[in-house]
Amino acid sequence: MTLLRVEHLSKSFGPSSAIEDLSFAISSGTIHSIIGPNGAGKTTLFNLISGLYRPTSGTIWFDDADITALPPHRRARCGLSRTFQNLQIFLNLSALDNVMVGYHLACDGRFLPSLLRLPSVVRRDRDYRERAVALMRFVGLEAFVDAGADAMPYGALKRLELARALAVQPKMLLLDEPAAGLNPKETAELDFLIQQIAAQGITVVLVEHDMRLVWSVSNHILVLDHGRKLTEGTGWEIRHNEDVVAAYLGEGGRHR
Amino acid sequence: MASLWQPRTGGLLALAGVVAGLPLILPNAFYYDVAILVGINATVCVGLNLLIGYAGQISLGHAGFFALGAYASAVLTGDHGWPPLAALAAGAVGVGVLSFVLAQPILKLKGHYLAMGTLGLGIIISIVLNQEAGLTGGPDGMPVPSLRALGHTVAGEHAWYALVGLVLIVSVWLTLNLIDSPVGRALQAVHGSESAAALAGVDVIRYKVLVFVVSAVLASLAGSLFAHYAGFITPAEASFARSIELVTMVVLGGMASTFGAVVGAAVLTILPQALTAFQDFKMLVFGAVLMGTMIFLRKGLVPTLAGLIRNWMRSGRA
Repeated sequence: MTLLRVEHLSKSFGPSSAIEDLSFAISSGTIHSIIGPNGAGKTTLFNLISGLYRPTSGTIWFDDADITALPPHRRARCGLSRTFQNLQIFLNLSALDNVMVGYHLACDGRFLPSLLRLPSVVRRDRDYRERAVALMRFVGLEAFVDAGADAMPYGALKRLELARALAVQPKMLLLDEPAAGLNPKETAELDFLIQQIAAQGITVVLVEHDMRLVWSVSNHILVLDHGRKLTEGTGWEIRHNEDVVAAYLGEGGRHR
Repeated sequence: MASLWQPRTGGLLALAGVVAGLPLILPNAFYYDVAILVGINATVCVGLNLLIGYAGQISLGHAGFFALGAYASAVLTGDHGWPPLAALAAGAVGVGVLSFVLAQPILKLKGHYLAMGTLGLGIIISIVLNQEAGLTGGPDGMPVPSLRALGHTVAGEHAWYALVGLVLIVSVWLTLNLIDSPVGRALQAVHGSESAAALAGVDVIRYKVLVFVVSAVLASLAGSLFAHYAGFITPAEASFARSIELVTMVVLGGMASTFGAVVGAAVLTILPQALTAFQDFKMLVFGAVLMGTMIFLRKGLVPTLAGLIRNWMRSGRA
């Protein structure tokens, strides 16, 4: 079943176009990667899908609904969630509250009940606090439950973003360079974590430069170049596509 | 009822204790007067801190909302004979609607532009109050009848002290509730990262507008109380200097600290009175105190001191 469908999507910033007439579809329940050299438009594409950018033209369908005109918070409601290449952590909150913000839609965000601290608000907050602790444990952050986000190391913050994104309870999770800045051991743990997330039925879409991770986890790969689709297919197909190998992975890429 | 006892409960009890205990050491009406002004300023700052400290927005026009509340009470009770509580409520609703309508375009601005937008708003309110002499008495100001409700008149420093103290405690209580709730988290998330907040499902514009309106309404309520207490108001209440004073109280006490806002209001209200001994050098000392605080206690009084105490206790245990 197709979860995300992008049709003739274009985004230009002034005279230069970052995404040009891009069409592709992502089916649910698998792990997808989007690769391409720097400037290929990968992060722009994520910003378009998550609603931070408005496309110049084209349509984005998610879960059979046209979300092209929806603001980001409505897309979250539809079941889209993401992490950021440049971490977007709420440094003014505790680690646990960062995850709790992810549960915003599940909690009671109305003004008066919150102002009066009605028992229903308190109860639901407490329930979701327990779930947030469980999520932090899931991503390996049990040591940081009581920490302030501003006191955590980089690798832990990347996991915190992941936990917050999962708290949105998404159908599709967009991960923007999750392995960037991680050491090989951390990357291996991330690999395992992504597989576990996909096993829960969440469709994972990765933008990643760490090719070992891409080959390892992806069921399907989309290759972008200058805002256009170069090719797409399984990892095996991409690895043996001469154009891709020559242009993006270098001559040695095939032997990795 | 374990949920009733929170870390914040201690702070609220401490505040109530201070408000209740202060009359024991206040020697005369002058000190009561300062305490009442502290309470009124603190009420404004608690709301303003929600906007500045928690949601990360800025307003350089909040004195305008304070003055609108004050003038709504003055005009409606004085010229039109409204009951004071109805006038107070009408002022709050009016300021609520005004701030709601203005928040939509203003809060699309960021950083310096937001500061300029709110600054302009405050100045416009100030100009209107100065120019509409037929309604407001112009720069000369206007008298305000005393506060009467339920057949009683609030008169004398003791009654006013009790009323303002109660209003402050309730404001702080509601604010603490709000901060420790999904709404409060959403506000702080907007401060931390608007993109990430939006993608977690937080309607960023809605929460910015909400906190702007809440802080404006609280300023209006405090303004109404001030008008009745002072008995006479002038457009100086809406001045730019007054707006800056309110922001300084929040920053000095500590951003994103509700008790910090109260302490900041107290310090900046008391300090000018305490510095009268310096006479001509008063403003010099005042400025030096502010600069010293900002250089050496950058997070503001309360967060810095709380951090010091925490470290001290930790090292004491080790």
